[in-house]
Amino acid sequence: MMNMANGDHIIAQLSGVERHFGAVQALGGVDFAICAGECIGLVGHNGAGKSTLMNILAGTSTPDAGQIRVNGNVEAGYTIQRARALGLRCVFQELSLCPNLSVGENTRVSHASLNGWGGTKRAADLIMAKLDEIFPGQGIEPGDIVADLSISKRQMVEVARAFTVTTDPLALVILDEPTSSLDAQTSQQLLSYVRRSVAAGVSFVLISHLLGEILGNCDRIVVMRDGKVVADDRANSFDRSRLIATMGGGHPHAQAEVSELTDSGVARPEMVRWRSEAKENRIELVARQGEVIGLAGLAGHGQTKLLIEVFEAGSGSKSGITVAAPMALVAGDRQTDGIFPLWSIALNISIGSLARLRRGLFLAPDLEQAMAATWQHRIGIRTPDMDNNILSLSGGNQQKALFARALGSDARIILMDDPMRGVDVGTKLDVYDLIRAEARLGRTFLWYTTETEELGNCDRVYVFRNGQIVSELARGELTEQKVIHSSFEGAEN
Amino acid sequence: MSMIAKLSGKPWIWSFVGAVIVWLAAIIYTGGTGAGGMITAALSLAVFTVIVGLGQMFVITLGPGNVDLSIPANIGLASAVAMKVMGGDDHMVVPGIMAALGSGLLFGLFNYALIRLLRIPPIIATLSSSFIILSTDIAYGRGLQIKPPPGFADFANIQFFGIPILAVVGVLLAVVAWTALQRTGYGRAVLAIGQNIRAAKLAGIPVERVRLVTYALSGGLAGLNGALLAAYFRGASVDIGNEYLLSSIAVVVIGGTSVAGGKANVPGIWGASLFLVLLLTMLNTFGVSAGLRLLLTGIIIVGVITAAGGHKPAR
Amino acid sequence: MTSLVTRRVAAKRPPNYARIVRRLLPALSFALILLAIAYLNPRAISYLGFSLMLNLAIPIVLATIAQMFVITINELDLSIGTFVGFVGCVTATWLHDDPLIGILVLLAAIAVYAGLGALIHLRNLPSIVVTLGMSFVWQGLSILLLPKPGGKAPDWLLGLMGFKPPFVPFPVVAAVVIGLVVHLGLMRSAYGTVLRGAGGNAQAIGRAGWSLLRTKVVMFAMTGVFGVLSGMALIGITTSADANIGNGYTLLSIAGVILGGGEFVGGRVSPIGAVIGALTLALAAGSLLTFMHIPPDWQVAANGVILIVVLAARALISRKGG
Repeated sequence: MMNMANGDHIIAQLSGVERHFGAVQALGGVDFAICAGECIGLVGHNGAGKSTLMNILAGTSTPDAGQIRVNGNVEAGYTIQRARALGLRCVFQELSLCPNLSVGENTRVSHASLNGWGGTKRAADLIMAKLDEIFPGQGIEPGDIVADLSISKRQMVEVARAFTVTTDPLALVILDEPTSSLDAQTSQQLLSYVRRSVAAGVSFVLISHLLGEILGNCDRIVVMRDGKVVADDRANSFDRSRLIATMGGGHPHAQAEVSELTDSGVARPEMVRWRSEAKENRIELVARQGEVIGLAGLAGHGQTKLLIEVFEAGSGSKSGITVAAPMALVAGDRQTDGIFPLWSIALNISIGSLARLRRGLFLAPDLEQAMAATWQHRIGIRTPDMDNNILSLSGGNQQKALFARALGSDARIILMDDPMRGVDVGTKLDVYDLIRAEARLGRTFLWYTTETEELGNCDRVYVFRNGQIVSELARGELTEQKVIHSSFEGAEN
Repeated sequence: MSMIAKLSGKPWIWSFVGAVIVWLAAIIYTGGTGAGGMITAALSLAVFTVIVGLGQMFVITLGPGNVDLSIPANIGLASAVAMKVMGGDDHMVVPGIMAALGSGLLFGLFNYALIRLLRIPPIIATLSSSFIILSTDIAYGRGLQIKPPPGFADFANIQFFGIPILAVVGVLLAVVAWTALQRTGYGRAVLAIGQNIRAAKLAGIPVERVRLVTYALSGGLAGLNGALLAAYFRGASVDIGNEYLLSSIAVVVIGGTSVAGGKANVPGIWGASLFLVLLLTMLNTFGVSAGLRLLLTGIIIVGVITAAGGHKPAR
Repeated sequence: MTSLVTRRVAAKRPPNYARIVRRLLPALSFALILLAIAYLNPRAISYLGFSLMLNLAIPIVLATIAQMFVITINELDLSIGTFVGFVGCVTATWLHDDPLIGILVLLAAIAVYAGLGALIHLRNLPSIVVTLGMSFVWQGLSILLLPKPGGKAPDWLLGLMGFKPPFVPFPVVAAVVIGLVVHLGLMRSAYGTVLRGAGGNAQAIGRAGWSLLRTKVVMFAMTGVFGVLSGMALIGITTSADANIGNGYTLLSIAGVILGGGEFVGGRVSPIGAVIGALTLALAAGSLLTFMHIPPDWQVAANGVILIVVLAARALISRKGG
């Protein structure tokens, strides 16, 4: 599997690494190695195990089984301190800056050697030099409190901080979606800096959902799926289609099945209308009864915000938004937006329909049980008992419970906030069928997804950029190229 | 194994076990005399902690940061209001209780208004309003008839076969609270908000309305408690509620309600209240001095909480 | 920052006015109260006036700083008041009669605080409840030690607290010194930055290789140290002790931190703000309300109103600032 030039110095090597989270196997025996002066692209769908693997490499997570070698030595009791001393740095996907500290202070806490008086000033000089080197003209001050910075500037600080050097060496930098909040220009600045550092002998692991970034900047690409490495080869042996095929995301049948849906229902009643507050934006979002509307574009460009705005408009009035029926929302970020972690699966489902599950003044447990049983059967939740805690389910089945909560309610409009993140293919196909069936029965869906193939299930797609709708694509004209083109429209690439 | 699992699933068991242990220790010391009387006295005194503990439980269950520190001041003012409205007249008992409830509810709503409109953290909001309530009480209570009507005072001290009537009231209130928690949409909403307020909002729960009701409820129960305390102890006073600041929080936590929110336990409130009262009774029987009594109470509270252990709060 | 700042001056953005006003709010409310006092009673603005008005300010300031340390790491100490009372009792008895035992007992009390920090971290306990239990413990110990008000402050302590420096009253000097020392330690030192970071994003501090257990232990120990200083200062002023002498300090100290711009979560605190907050409370609670002829019945309420007004102003500013 490994395709490395012989004689290259291997700086870090993981072998047979396994990791479990409760019932979920996140990593099932992974082998992974990085040579000096090499940039590895690590790709795979959400939940494929990339972040878990990198957490183990960075020392923030301990494997249940397997071995870690750095510079040829087996590391027992590998910790984050040890990793840092060996020159491993990691830029995590969720920002790990302290929001209450300044840019300089955040740099200072990551270097124990910056002690004594004037340490913050030295840290400030260090980080500003790095920021100016990587992102010239970014306009960040060392005294800025991180909480006051925009998310893209925070990401710049986070990235630049990983490159600051005091006493520990700098050998390997893990970048987990480093460009997710950066615009095209700053992304380019970062990637060219990465190339320059590789030339200087630093190694990288680059995780990105933008395949172009991976194909254009990496020497070797490792593809993960379902907690395993499924491909590991030189970058120039891959192209976009081979990558997508290896990641295992495409379902060739989906497109064909959907065509039966086509039915231009202009006459059907309008359920949701949304207009951006900004004046220059002229494209309105309109969803009619029985339509499945896709919201596309790069992550974090206003799709979730729109869903939340529409959802909140249901309980009060909001200018620019009209909603004609009760709504329910299916969260994508299950842990923070969806799950009630202390409750059983049944209670997690029935919370959306309590008004209906009453007898007289009081909730009727038997009605709740009946509802849970119905949905366990309908959506196929794999559990011996719906009274088990929700966290006993795998991620995909937890997501099914959230779908059951929304679809089981009286809502006529279902808002979906990238709900298929980290969900296995089988679950996805089940849920696609269910969504189509419910749409035929007259329910309306607003569906934000980061997985372009899923848009094939939609009647119409709105593409977002910077909080605005930049184009509307009907089903017939929908291609991945078009969506990507609209997402970057006006930008350099 | 399954036995342990079952018991650990019902943390309130421990508070009752603790109550029984301290009671046994006390009657072993006295050689069995006064065992029944001890229970009667404990039941009477525990009721007052139970009533405010129930309100505090709903507030704490709303999640981290939610706590009602205005309970003692609320009790004090409501006891004065109740006594003033009753004016020593047995016919005015019901209006008096209503007035006490109303005063408590009003300040509960005031707390919520501070939290919601001025975005003040609940700890500081309820603390500030307790200052205001306290002053109102001092100013209002001057030269006031503070004795309860004789009929009301006698009623509060009635016992049937050693069971005080107030204990019956306390059990009824606990049953109502349990039903509200487990079998109504309101209770579900409180539990959901405490686990994850964002998810609760996105699941369509009217979060702010639920929080309003909860703070009002805590205030109202404190008000009711004020009236009953004044009747039981045959008089109202400014500091009649002082001990309920700490004990209302302590019984909630010892009773198995999670300070991280989202998990509440009604039976545990009764168990923990009995435990605390019997603990004091036991220490009194041992002839322990006031200082040692406080010291041991504190050590036992910290010990119980350490043994019960924390669990990771839900994100 | 010199070279970089000068180079970057050209690109400077307009400052964040909301944040600046917010930062100045504690000082503004303090100035407002001073002005009101000066208007109501001009004679109070004098060496003697300040010495009298701020008589009890030093222990309040110290207790507020103690509370601020635990608030920095998102905890709360509901036992600081009874702890100050306990320290007071020790100071007026053992420290006076047998200084060695007194010192050992006070050091042991600080060690108990450090141990609580470790316990809270390791068992993941809610600090509100643990310190609530501890408040019984300290109160019980105080009553055991000093069943009736009494005892006597050590002479050296009386001498220290009675010190009359030229031109500036002692409480003012002490407040400035305390504020600056804690500011340097918490806001400027390397480990102070780590401690505040632990309040802002504990995970990030852990990932940077620092021990979170140690941050909790250090912060609780610091609370113990300043609680001890507060209790000793209090006895140096009152000359004798009483088991209930510190009870009001729990709520005062929390209010002082919040008035001084601190927040309950997120590691956002300011030592200088906390000192100003404590002084504001000391002045407002004692002198201003008397000068305003607010009847004693309503003085407590007036404290509540001051708290509410300041916090409401802060919420308003923050909302405007986005």
